[in-house]
Amino acid sequence: MTGRRLVLLSSGAVLSSLLALGCSNEGDAADTAPRTSPVVATDPAMSAEVPRIAATLFFASPDGRALVPVLREVALAEGLVPQGREILNAQLQGPPPPYGPVMPAGTQLRAFYVTERGDAFVDLSFATDARHIGGTSAELLAVYAIVHAVTANLTTIQRVQILIDGREADTLAGHVDLRRPLEPDMSTVRGAGGAR
Amino acid sequence: MRGSAIFSLAALLLLLAPTPQAQEGTAPAIPLTLLSPDGRGPVPTLVLNGAELIALDEVSDRFGVTVRDDALAGGITLTYNSQTVVVSNDQPMASVGGRIVALPSPARRLGNRWFVPLELLPRALGPIYDSRIDLRRASRLLIVGDLRVPRVTGRIDTIGPPTRATIEIAPAAPVSVTTEAGRLVVHIDADAVDLLLPATGGGLIERIRGGELPMTVAFDLGSQAGVARGVPTEVDGVTRVAIDIAGPALAGAGSTPGGAETPPAPSVLPPAGAAVAPLLAGPRARLETIVIDPGHGGDDTGVMGSGATAEKTIALAVAQRLRALIETRLGIRVILTRGADQSVSLDERAAIANNSKADLFLSLHMNAAPAASVAGAEVISLRLDREGEDARQVAAREAVSLPVLGGSLRSIDLIQWDLAQARHVDASAVLAQMLEEQLRARVTMSSRPRQRAALRVLAAVDMPAALVEMAYLTNPEQAQLARSENFQTSVAQGIYDAIVAFRAYLEVQAAP
Repeated sequence: MTGRRLVLLSSGAVLSSLLALGCSNEGDAADTAPRTSPVVATDPAMSAEVPRIAATLFFASPDGRALVPVLREVALAEGLVPQGREILNAQLQGPPPPYGPVMPAGTQLRAFYVTERGDAFVDLSFATDARHIGGTSAELLAVYAIVHAVTANLTTIQRVQILIDGREADTLAGHVDLRRPLEPDMSTVRGAGGAR
Repeated sequence: MRGSAIFSLAALLLLLAPTPQAQEGTAPAIPLTLLSPDGRGPVPTLVLNGAELIALDEVSDRFGVTVRDDALAGGITLTYNSQTVVVSNDQPMASVGGRIVALPSPARRLGNRWFVPLELLPRALGPIYDSRIDLRRASRLLIVGDLRVPRVTGRIDTIGPPTRATIEIAPAAPVSVTTEAGRLVVHIDADAVDLLLPATGGGLIERIRGGELPMTVAFDLGSQAGVARGVPTEVDGVTRVAIDIAGPALAGAGSTPGGAETPPAPSVLPPAGAAVAPLLAGPRARLETIVIDPGHGGDDTGVMGSGATAEKTIALAVAQRLRALIETRLGIRVILTRGADQSVSLDERAAIANNSKADLFLSLHMNAAPAASVAGAEVISLRLDREGEDARQVAAREAVSLPVLGGSLRSIDLIQWDLAQARHVDASAVLAQMLEEQLRARVTMSSRPRQRAALRVLAAVDMPAALVEMAYLTNPEQAQLARSENFQTSVAQGIYDAIVAFRAYLEVQAAP
């Protein structure tokens, strides 16, 4: 019963997040098909008995110009940090078609934790043969996909800092400043009043 | 008869009994504030028969002291770290390790609680406690721990004009002085301040008071006040800030009937305190040095495009073309953060720009996207988050005055070194707009031609700055185009045109 209530509450929060992000924006002529209306994808590996919530994940739009919010069912977890791990693991698994990945294949979540100030830390590791493609635009998509995946679903978190292999990093590929926690940047998300 | 006597005695006792208010004491007009490394907060106390008392259970909770009634000793015993203080319940004193300490009143029992004079804390508990306990009665502060809480006193020295006043900070603490409309504010670097300021102002100073920001003293100036200055000095462990408020400027001063300008009248303020121009101001009126930063290099290839086109190679080629254009046509000094295929860290790039006191910083890059169809150039300036905005406001508000040779003072702006760009974001946005406009005339722009983002290489440079993504190497057509001399020259020319436009903008801004 408690779990079921949590599922409903979480889904409500996700829907609120989507409304806030303006996913139902219909006047954006620059959008390319398919529309970015939420698509609920299910992880095939997940047991039917596992309680789930619909989380908002962020992947590259099919035209590669922006992030788009994509709904995906993830396992319900007890508590902020375990739920954050579930969401981030789903984010790192990659997108359903036709959306594009923003992180190199094989990127792993090493740790996720939240400070008393409400800043979240996402500790990532990359496969040894994997490399981010670079470029400011691709790097912005990669970084803010993580930031938004956390802040859109865990609404008490305002800022996210990305660590690499347990350490503070300058950048992912030479551009976006990772030395401080980042606030959401909706200009990277299509339909949120920013990206076209 | 006996019953009547008992009744009379009871009535007499009732009449002689203190009133409830006198028995319970009254709250002080201004509550006591406890300052400690954990923060600040009010401490409940009460005033009874002229003595300010604190409940022993409060003392126990806040100081970790064990309290017990000690009938044998005739008082209450406080124990901390195996050391004891015995407070008398009938004499105004306490015993600390056999030493007698005088107190304003004995311990008092009110209801089921024991109360002791506040002075017990510094005088009796202080000697056995492991942190300093300082009671500042006048300012209603109880300070626990090694906090920097200087006493700040103020006085009006001369009504004037000029009106002169002095702020003394003891023990000495670093200060900075800022002026804004109608006010002069002294910022004191301390954990808290113990303010003892005059109740009224005088002359051109309407009032001296605690400022809106913590650890500040504000001088509210009268409508006739002219230039206001504060000059800090430190003597014998005390910081003194000499405040001078000039009178109103005389209309017509400095000109003659014939229109020829005469030297301005001597300032009423001593020249020793005269400030000179800030060392680190906003964008300078002239472009004398430009730093061009070819992105990546060495092991860091940047984006690898089709046909093995490396971002680092294109960036360096365009940077060299741009340098040649600027040096030959504008005669402006150009510094490249790298002149060959070599690794240069992002901090080194910013340091090169800052150490050369460059007036402009341009970082050149090639872009990448998850889809091959994305194309076009983009210009990016720094996006400030809340921390950056805070840094910018602090930089705009605070400056310190340091003495320089010749006896004058130089005002130096303060800003976090790795957020130096925060002071230039507006000028950088103008630069980005000009870059977009000029590049658009020569190369394809993307659907998001101008953006703001938290870019690492821009954050620490202390001058107007922008990053140019010249094209997408993940787009095969653009990758091929990027290798061409025509494209590289077009980009360099577009950037050059933007620099010319920005130079004109700076000159207009500097014009009187």
